Amino acid sequence: MDLFLQQSANAVALGGIYALLALGLAVVFSIMGLINFAHGELMTISGYVLMYCGIAAVPFPLAVILAIGAAILAAIAMERIAFRPVRGSSGATLLVTSFAIAMILQMLFQNLISARSQPVLLPAILSESVTIFGLIIGVNKIAAIISTIVMLIFLDWFMTKQKTGIAMRAAAEDFSIARLMGIHANTVIAGAFALSGLLAGVAAVLWVSQRASVDPLMGFTPVLKAFIAAILGGLGSLKGAVAGGFLLAFIEVYLSAFLPHGMQEFREPIGLAIVVLVLLFRPNGLLPAKTLAAEKV
Amino acid sequence: MTSLIELKSVSVSYDAVNAVRGIDLSIKDGEIVALLGANGAGKSSTLNAIVGLAPVSAGKIIFDGTDITDFSSETLAPLGLTLSPEGRRVFATLSVEDNLMLGAYSVKDKAQIKAAYERVYELFPILFERKQQYGGTLSGGQQQMLALGRALMCSPRLLLLDEPSLGLAPIIVEQIFELIALLRQQGVTIILVEQNVSMALNIADRGYVMASGKIVAHGDAASLSDSTTLENAYLGAE
Repeated sequence: MDLFLQQSANAVALGGIYALLALGLAVVFSIMGLINFAHGELMTISGYVLMYCGIAAVPFPLAVILAIGAAILAAIAMERIAFRPVRGSSGATLLVTSFAIAMILQMLFQNLISARSQPVLLPAILSESVTIFGLIIGVNKIAAIISTIVMLIFLDWFMTKQKTGIAMRAAAEDFSIARLMGIHANTVIAGAFALSGLLAGVAAVLWVSQRASVDPLMGFTPVLKAFIAAILGGLGSLKGAVAGGFLLAFIEVYLSAFLPHGMQEFREPIGLAIVVLVLLFRPNGLLPAKTLAAEKV
Repeated sequence: MTSLIELKSVSVSYDAVNAVRGIDLSIKDGEIVALLGANGAGKSSTLNAIVGLAPVSAGKIIFDGTDITDFSSETLAPLGLTLSPEGRRVFATLSVEDNLMLGAYSVKDKAQIKAAYERVYELFPILFERKQQYGGTLSGGQQQMLALGRALMCSPRLLLLDEPSLGLAPIIVEQIFELIALLRQQGVTIILVEQNVSMALNIADRGYVMASGKIVAHGDAASLSDSTTLENAYLGAE
């Protein structure tokens, strides 16, 4: 039972990171119809900012703010430089563009920084652990859980109470009519990218604080997982992204904890088979977006 | 009196299809003008072209002395020009109140927004009762009221109405037309696209009849109701 609860806590911490990343993908997809595979590179940028801040002995809270800020700026720049010129093109064009950006950034990291994994200096407290109700939980995991909750509350407030957030939801539902109201396409799309950058930045800080290292391909695996989570939850649906992120993390963590030793190498295929099974019964995901059929720009 | 809006040989093409072929329209301040014609005559394309939702391939659109032909959709609401689209297209996943709030998105003046809410809630008390409800959960008639209310939130000088009675029960249709008459009293200029020809001509000052992307007749509402041009336009006779 203890092991089960322990693993559940781990799953919640991991699920939070997947949920934040899947949300970042969903925010952009719901408005532009684009799966941004360069989302992972936003994470990597945040990771390198944390690394350089560690080397320069910048206080950790400031380093976190700088890292998240860098991801936001990078996301806005990505939209302005790469995606705006191809806006309104077919989904395939947008997808290939996002792959190209991901590749270019990975090459830049490899050639300008290092192809190898670099250590990131973190405050000692992050690697300690505390005992809560008999469960031993790492401080970094608690930080992940709390940050996720704060981010989800913030996002909910932004999307339901803020004029810009409401305009983004309207644009996701019917872009032409939203523009007719005087909502600028550029504002909404840049806003969606900024939001996805914020989510990627927070996810990156949480991801790095559990690994204490960064490499040029750091963002690839988590974003691939987030993509699966977003599909599992229902592409373009924000609630679905959160549900999918947590479900995927629970599947992964439980399989790695409870699958017999001899079966461990089949962990990933079994996990993905469960995802396929869910999609067989709910082809549009767990909580599909009502606006999936809406026209994208 | 000069025209509030003027279309000068405007054409609209979607790839190879010419939906509108060089039409001229001129509407004065305070008028209600009906745009009539069979399905596919180019009425909706004309309205969409005015608000920048359909591509203008030739011609000029002048609104209140400004050439707005190449203006993008989002710049028109601040000028006082908006469209209540065909099929209502309310934001189904947003509350009634948020739908209205977005209608006033381009308005900066807080007092003006407050006045707009009051005006819309006075015209449609049902929207006030349902203001927390999602747009998608309203009935068809209520959604049409929401679409109209949302368009009125930017206090437009020229309101384009695309089939406001489409798919509604007769009693609701009458309510919508009463409202259009009320809006005229409030000084809103209206271009009305309608399938319900007799009601449209009853309320309108003038009418234009379109067929195959061209204007085939125009004149006073009364003279149009009497003439055979309308029948010909609908039945496809030349």
